[in-house]
Amino acid sequence: MKLKLATLALGATMAAGPVMADLVFPSLSYRTGPFAAGGIPFADGYADYFTLLNERDGGIGGELAQVPECETAYNTEKGVECYEATKDLGALVYQPLSTGITYQLIPKVTADGIPMHTMGYGRTSAKNGKVFSHVFNYPANYWDGASAGVNHFLEQAGGSLEGKKITLLHFNGAYGREPISTLEALSEKHGFDFNAIPIDYPGQEQKSQWLQIRRERPDYILFWGWGVMNQVAVQEAANIRFPMENFMGIWWSGSENDVIPAGDGANGYKALQFHNVGDDYPVFEDIQKYVVDAGKAAGAGDQIGSVLYNRGVYAAFLAAEAAKQAQAANGTSKIDAAMMRDAMEGLTITADIMSDAGLPNFGPAFNVTCENHGGEGMAAVAQWDASAQSWSLISDFSPSDASVVGPLIDADSAAFASENNISPNCN
Amino acid sequence: MFYREAGDFKTSYASDNQTFPIKFDRYRYYAVMFVAFAIVPLIINDYWVSAIFLPFLIYSIAAIGLNILVGYCGQVSLGTGGFMAVGAYGCYKLMTGFPEVNILVHVLLSGGVTGLVCVLFGLPSLRIKGFYLAVATLAAQFFLVWLFNRIPWFYNYSASGQINAPERTFLGVAVTGPNTEAWASYLFCLVILTFCALVARNLTRGMQGRQWMAIRDMDIAAEIIGVNPLKAKVSAFAVSGFFVGIAGALLFAVYLGAAEAGDSFGITKSFLVLFMIIIGGLGSIFGSFAGAAFLVLLPVLLKNVLVGWLGWPTDMAAHLEFVIVGGLIVIFLIAEPHGLAQLWRVAKEKLRLWPFPH
Repeated sequence: MKLKLATLALGATMAAGPVMADLVFPSLSYRTGPFAAGGIPFADGYADYFTLLNERDGGIGGELAQVPECETAYNTEKGVECYEATKDLGALVYQPLSTGITYQLIPKVTADGIPMHTMGYGRTSAKNGKVFSHVFNYPANYWDGASAGVNHFLEQAGGSLEGKKITLLHFNGAYGREPISTLEALSEKHGFDFNAIPIDYPGQEQKSQWLQIRRERPDYILFWGWGVMNQVAVQEAANIRFPMENFMGIWWSGSENDVIPAGDGANGYKALQFHNVGDDYPVFEDIQKYVVDAGKAAGAGDQIGSVLYNRGVYAAFLAAEAAKQAQAANGTSKIDAAMMRDAMEGLTITADIMSDAGLPNFGPAFNVTCENHGGEGMAAVAQWDASAQSWSLISDFSPSDASVVGPLIDADSAAFASENNISPNCN
Repeated sequence: MFYREAGDFKTSYASDNQTFPIKFDRYRYYAVMFVAFAIVPLIINDYWVSAIFLPFLIYSIAAIGLNILVGYCGQVSLGTGGFMAVGAYGCYKLMTGFPEVNILVHVLLSGGVTGLVCVLFGLPSLRIKGFYLAVATLAAQFFLVWLFNRIPWFYNYSASGQINAPERTFLGVAVTGPNTEAWASYLFCLVILTFCALVARNLTRGMQGRQWMAIRDMDIAAEIIGVNPLKAKVSAFAVSGFFVGIAGALLFAVYLGAAEAGDSFGITKSFLVLFMIIIGGLGSIFGSFAGAAFLVLLPVLLKNVLVGWLGWPTDMAAHLEFVIVGGLIVIFLIAEPHGLAQLWRVAKEKLRLWPFPH
């Protein structure tokens, strides 16, 4: 009996043990907890894209990619444990998908020399590569999002927001508080009234917040929510018959999971996006063929084409592309974290590169430089159609207001540099 | 056989009342201290420190602090997370405000500040007891987290409300910040934990501890025999706050490096530390260590076994982890309602007679 058990255990270990490979992309995911609804599709997309590269192309430049997963449950303490557990595997880039964990890892990755990519989240001022040498937040960040949202409302209001009221409904945490300073600066510039209403973790109960909204009657609401609080907010907005076209979420509050529970009431809800939506891209056919049909999908395989799955695929695509450019620049397929960082700092994404990867026009084309780790900050607005059950972009990708966002980034990164004795430079 | 009192003669009051009166126990204690101070620092790496040792050491300090209040003095508190936040934010303000002062001083000072805050919220305990006091301390938890989110001065007006620990050195070695060596942060916390445990042990077996226990067991009787309830309760809140504040400061500065009130010091933290002392054993210093070890180490162990060794999907392992840890808590509390410390006591009693029980 004992022998049998030992054999079984050994067999299980061997069958499920990690594939030995050279390119390691750790996935600090969260498939449990109140934010799992957002964490699962992203983690699936991230893993599936690398599986596709392994199955279809034999890896990246001939080297298989390995995606060890570690569950953080959006908890900063588990995030630290996961980082320490995976960094010695030869990790090339970290994508923690949590602003809180990002803040914790910024000093650590810089000391360990591993790049971190916080796509559309994290510390916004990391755009300044002179201070944050190992942190990247291309192609867009929260302050770009705040500015793009206000620009859209400006257009909607016919060119002037003078005397209008804009409310920021936000998660009361690092993530939700990021845009406040930008919106305050924008309110001075455009002359609108701004106030912020926080929602505490996890946000399943928002009656008091929406009572306040009913009392104050804002013209527009910007929404920085995540996980289960998104569905609740959209449902509450529908309950008080708030005009949905004046209610806009950031890209983390704009997935199918967030609007479907509210049914027809959610029709017209808007959300910002920094990449395209839908499943009409060649890469998804390949994922279906090589990954899902072959039984190698990370999840159930039913999320393909959903907003957050696409974002996971996009994150993996940008990481794989940086790895490819690192291989080309160094003339070796076996790259390390330092080469990866240099390649991310010189990353160029063009329309051709996206088409070759099966993602034509999926996101904006951009360049990364040492001075600008954040790309051009292009964002578009998507709108939910409840009858067709789909998101569609209703605007082009347009840049944010650099005259407002730029000085804020300089001020915040300078504060970080002086607190931590960093002398800003490009080497 | 080895574990016995026979032949171990005590000739002074001090030796009769020492913490480990049995020779075997005493040598085991010296061995543990030797391994912890002299051997572990030589062999640990970043993973062991960040995932296992630092959380264990820091939560042990917090559990000792809460045990003084709940286990020894009988005042239920659900405000531990909030009080740890006071320690963390106090340490942050001191670190950034007075960079030239030693970090050890900052940690102890933030403990002192937390002690004062804790006394303030402990004052209602003079009038209300039991569940009602629990609700009053729960209010402290929510109020403190709200305060640290609300007032930008506490987080030096940073955009996101996060606080970051800058690099600070102790005797020329970095103990906070990203460039810290594993052994340095480990030893720093271990020294503070040893100090806290010794202070707590000596407080609880002296007159102060007896006053606390008298209040816990029956406050009216205690008052009749001359224990001043005001002094006893307020001192319990102050001492408890001091330890909890130190734990909060270390959690932020040494372990996490960055923190945010709602996320790192929420109500779940209060419950976690309370569960530690309930599982470990109320009114026992050893129980604080045992409870902290149980709730910190078991999830990490389970994760490594299920995901790293058996290769299960991470979400299934995470869910199963809740089931197993929860199940074990239930089993332990049914089998031994007085916690792991009582199991240890029973084991020691049995060992004294072993192998000749009759």
